[in-house]
Amino acid sequence: MLIFEHSRPGRANGAQMADGAAADLADIPAEFLRQDTPPLPEVSEMQVVRHYTRLSQKNFSIDTHFYPLGSCTMKYNPRACNSLASLPGFVDRHPHAPDNLSQGIMACLYELQDMLRHVTGMRAVSLAPMAGAQGEFAGVAMIRAYHDARGDTARNEILVPDAAHGTNPATATMCGYRVREIPTDAQGDVDLAALREAVGPQTAGIMLTNPSTLGVFERHIEEIATTVHEAGGLLYYDGANLNAILGKVKPGDMGFDVIHINLHKTFSTPHGGGGPGAGPVGVGERLLPYLPVPMVARAESGEYYWLTEKERPETMGRLSAFGGNMGILLRAWIYARMLGAEGMERVADFATLNANYLMTRLREAGFDVAFPERRATHEFIVTLRRQEKELGVTAMDFAKRLLDYGFHAPTTYFPLLVPECLLIEPTETEAREELDAFVEAMKGILQEARTNVEELKTAPHTMPVRRLDDVRAAKELDLRWQAKDNGG
Amino acid sequence: MSDIPGDLYYTRTHEWVRPEEDGTFTVGITHHAQELLGDLVFVELPEVGAEMGAGDDCAVVESVKAASDVYCPVAGEVVAVNEALADEPEIINRDAFGDGWIFRLRPEDRGSVEDLLGPEAYAELIAEEEH
Repeated sequence: MLIFEHSRPGRANGAQMADGAAADLADIPAEFLRQDTPPLPEVSEMQVVRHYTRLSQKNFSIDTHFYPLGSCTMKYNPRACNSLASLPGFVDRHPHAPDNLSQGIMACLYELQDMLRHVTGMRAVSLAPMAGAQGEFAGVAMIRAYHDARGDTARNEILVPDAAHGTNPATATMCGYRVREIPTDAQGDVDLAALREAVGPQTAGIMLTNPSTLGVFERHIEEIATTVHEAGGLLYYDGANLNAILGKVKPGDMGFDVIHINLHKTFSTPHGGGGPGAGPVGVGERLLPYLPVPMVARAESGEYYWLTEKERPETMGRLSAFGGNMGILLRAWIYARMLGAEGMERVADFATLNANYLMTRLREAGFDVAFPERRATHEFIVTLRRQEKELGVTAMDFAKRLLDYGFHAPTTYFPLLVPECLLIEPTETEAREELDAFVEAMKGILQEARTNVEELKTAPHTMPVRRLDDVRAAKELDLRWQAKDNGG
Repeated sequence: MSDIPGDLYYTRTHEWVRPEEDGTFTVGITHHAQELLGDLVFVELPEVGAEMGAGDDCAVVESVKAASDVYCPVAGEVVAVNEALADEPEIINRDAFGDGWIFRLRPEDRGSVEDLLGPEAYAELIAEEEH
């Protein structure tokens, strides 16, 4: 039920009304004044409280449930990040406040640039992109700027392995490139022979996630870097899976020229819900002039100041009116400061340990993994192809039934290379008991597949909704509420 | 192997080709491909008149699970597309080798179809992938 459907004409709560007289509208030209009142819900305070409390109780979130959504790094967001970033000195700063009144926040941003630069092994970092997608866009736009500046304009192709996140080909297309897919070999690495055949004078670059979405580390990264660089292309690192190698291996050392970092994954800023987000970009020597502005610099006097188009004339430009999503950047800075360099290594250690523990236990419980001979990184793939054949149950059945057991489903049917797959990423913030409970749930569901398949096929049974009609949702998506009587 | 008609040619990327009497080739995706994709919700058709090279991505099939490119099996010019799929992509789920055809092509070289897989080779490919 929507809040609008609770509405009754004239119902309100005076105690929550804004005080004072109606605003003075004299300045607003008549044609811009609306003629009727907006169709807002008319409800009591208690109705509002109950409505939203109930909604929040229906939510499956990291605060309430284990959330092993592969390639999404649904780790716990420490409360301290939120409370410290909400200090009035941060929250009340006006975006137009002059530098001399903003030294504190600029110091935080400068330090965050520096910490991200160190942990990724890049030459410089810009915090400007306001989401992972915008970070990707900035990264590929810089690759284009680099080739253009050299007059090397015939390069019109970006290589993308077939295990890539769907955003990579989308970004390359958005930046005006053709996408050429590179296959994966049987071990889960990029097919080097196919790569060598694909590179040429048309190659602008390659977009890679390492570890890949197959949950394995790309072992030939040095050969890949050499092959692409020798052809004149650049290497783009998709930071989606950075959690696995944080503080251990640096993308800069692997030969990458540009990286975007999803702060909402690796640096524990709030996740999902459409943002706000942040997708800082880091670059090596070649792309240094093109970083998006603004960035924060430090004068010899110790004072911080903004780098803009004036100081960086070759910049790819601005991505927002101000300095990025400051509230998110602050949370990431606090998280990074709490961890320190040693803590970042522990993130990778425990993310990888948890994934390998969970993988081993699920294999013992009778599940097949996609790459049994490979060590998992921070995530791994279970394939239910055998169960599908023998028992007629699918990855979707398992995903739906897990909800009844109190677990958010892993990522299903991605990556596309592995049939009937669950991509499972436990993250470093889960305790062993939670992982064990997940294994028990998976064992329980496998048992149901043998003895009570109907229960499994019709799951979930305990959620507010049962199986949704995916086909209809995709073809006739309708998310807009409209009042029945006056049309809103 | 009732799911693999004996009179068609196949690609490693799960398209099928039927040489027609008028010299054109009809192209679709295989029954196996639609099984892997699940319920289709959208098909993006190529444009009539478009010149395609072998291996070019020429259409998109989107299901509740994934969006996949359809690759042109041989070089040629698109001469017809199956408009019915725009409203009812599920025709491919129902009848991948028949009413679910995607487009028709005038091939540059009618002999190019011999480079594709026969039904036995395609059956082997699926068996390998199943492994």
